[in-house]
Amino acid sequence: MITVQDLHKSFGDNEVLKGINCEVEEKEVVCVIGPSGSGKSTFLRCLNLLEDITSGNVIVDGYNLKDKTTDINMIRTEVGMVFQQFNLFPHKTVIENVMLAPRKVRKISVQEARERGEALLKKVGLAEKADQYPAQLSGGQQQRVAIARALAMEPKLMLFDEPTSALDPELVGEVLEVMKQLAKEGMTMVVVTHEMGFAREVADRVLFMDEGIIMEENTPEIIFTNPTSERTKNFLNKVL
Amino acid sequence: MFDFGQVIDFLPQLGKGLYYTLLISIVGLLIGFILGAIFGLGRISKNKFFFIIASIYVEVIRGTPVLVQAIWLYFALPIILQFQMASITAGIVVIAINSGAYIAEIVRGSVDSINKGQMEAGRSLGLNKHQAMRYIIWPQAFKRMIPPLGNQFIISIKDTSLLSVILVPELMFQGRYIASNHFNAVEIYTTVALFYLVINFSLSLLLRYIERRLNY
Ligand SMILES: Nc1ncnc2c1ncn2[C@@H]1O[C@H](COP(=O)(O)OP(=O)(O)OP(=O)(O)O)[C@@H](O)[C@H]1O
Ligand SMILES: [Mg+2]
Repeated sequence: MITVQDLHKSFGDNEVLKGINCEVEEKEVVCVIGPSGSGKSTFLRCLNLLEDITSGNVIVDGYNLKDKTTDINMIRTEVGMVFQQFNLFPHKTVIENVMLAPRKVRKISVQEARERGEALLKKVGLAEKADQYPAQLSGGQQQRVAIARALAMEPKLMLFDEPTSALDPELVGEVLEVMKQLAKEGMTMVVVTHEMGFAREVADRVLFMDEGIIMEENTPEIIFTNPTSERTKNFLNKVL
Repeated sequence: MFDFGQVIDFLPQLGKGLYYTLLISIVGLLIGFILGAIFGLGRISKNKFFFIIASIYVEVIRGTPVLVQAIWLYFALPIILQFQMASITAGIVVIAINSGAYIAEIVRGSVDSINKGQMEAGRSLGLNKHQAMRYIIWPQAFKRMIPPLGNQFIISIKDTSLLSVILVPELMFQGRYIASNHFNAVEIYTTVALFYLVINFSLSLLLRYIERRLNY
């Protein structure tokens, strides 16, 4: 589903990603962990070209994002993204948030978009909030709407950038529940997270990033119980 | 001592002034709004040429007083161009060009003030840049523009009083004419001030109403 080859990314002369190589298979759930500033968000944002790639290749669903001929808007319809700050559209109701892209990009009818939207809101447990505005919802509810909004495009792949970091602790669970459900249904997911419990339980593979490279990658059992790199050990000691 | 009763005799003439004040304000601000939208887009454009043109326009207008702009346009430009504009036309042009520059800044500021996560969320859903601007950024930016736009409208309406120096027959011009011929400065200028106050206060109320209607 994703192949990343020697990905480099610089902001000016600050090289943030220093040669990333990795593969994500279909239906795989990959969690990315690592210290702040290690480049996790930047890496994730390169996967749907929210950041342009300095060098290297990123191949998503068979399309090389570096190719000038690749239609980036088309790729993005296949790749859902969930942000730390939710980024819901505050001027639109919950159901309008979910309906917008299917309507304008996929050009489906209002009725079909509404039906699909209502089904997705039900799935994330927010059917009764359809006509409210984002500002009227709790953080956890907003993030679940954001997930429904991304799913409305029927993506093949979902990217999550610390989806629970902006939430009060008691609201984290409801969002993780929705994500677990998605994983169970076979969604391919790349999740940047500080929720080690989630990574351990749901991930097929965990990538530990540090200073712009993937230091270590392995199954969660091995990463969390028997990491090879000193840096991984230090990091886990601090966060666990 | 003061005879406000006599003001009634001058109401037709003040009314004529009011007519020109409103005419110049409305037409000037309409054109100013269009200029502001165009040059505001210039100020957020990635096109260097368009950006530079828009920036020069905004800086030149913001950096000079309206009074100087009016006098320059009416008394200096004709010497350069060998062509004299009618004073009312010149008045409309001054208000349009002047408000346009400030409105351009209002447009730019409002668009800039929308969190960049909004654009990213739209783009990540597959909307192209144009669609994201149209459905996500503009509706939010437009709402933020309303208070500063209202402010600018009020400032521009008051600025029309400066056009009396280029002989535009607006409210202030009529007031000065009457007061200097009839030695009733207190009565006339008080009335003139009240006229401006009523126009601007009504506008304030209207804007407050619109803002409330747009609340989400
Ligand atoms: N748009 C940008 N312009 C310049 N530098 C940036 C930009 N975005 C990120 N960086 C820099 O890139 C580095 C990596 O940032 P990134 O956000 O990818 O880290 P992260 O691993 O996601 O950290 P965190 O856990 O705090 O979210 C940081 O040093 C940051 O300052
Ligand atoms: Mg980050």
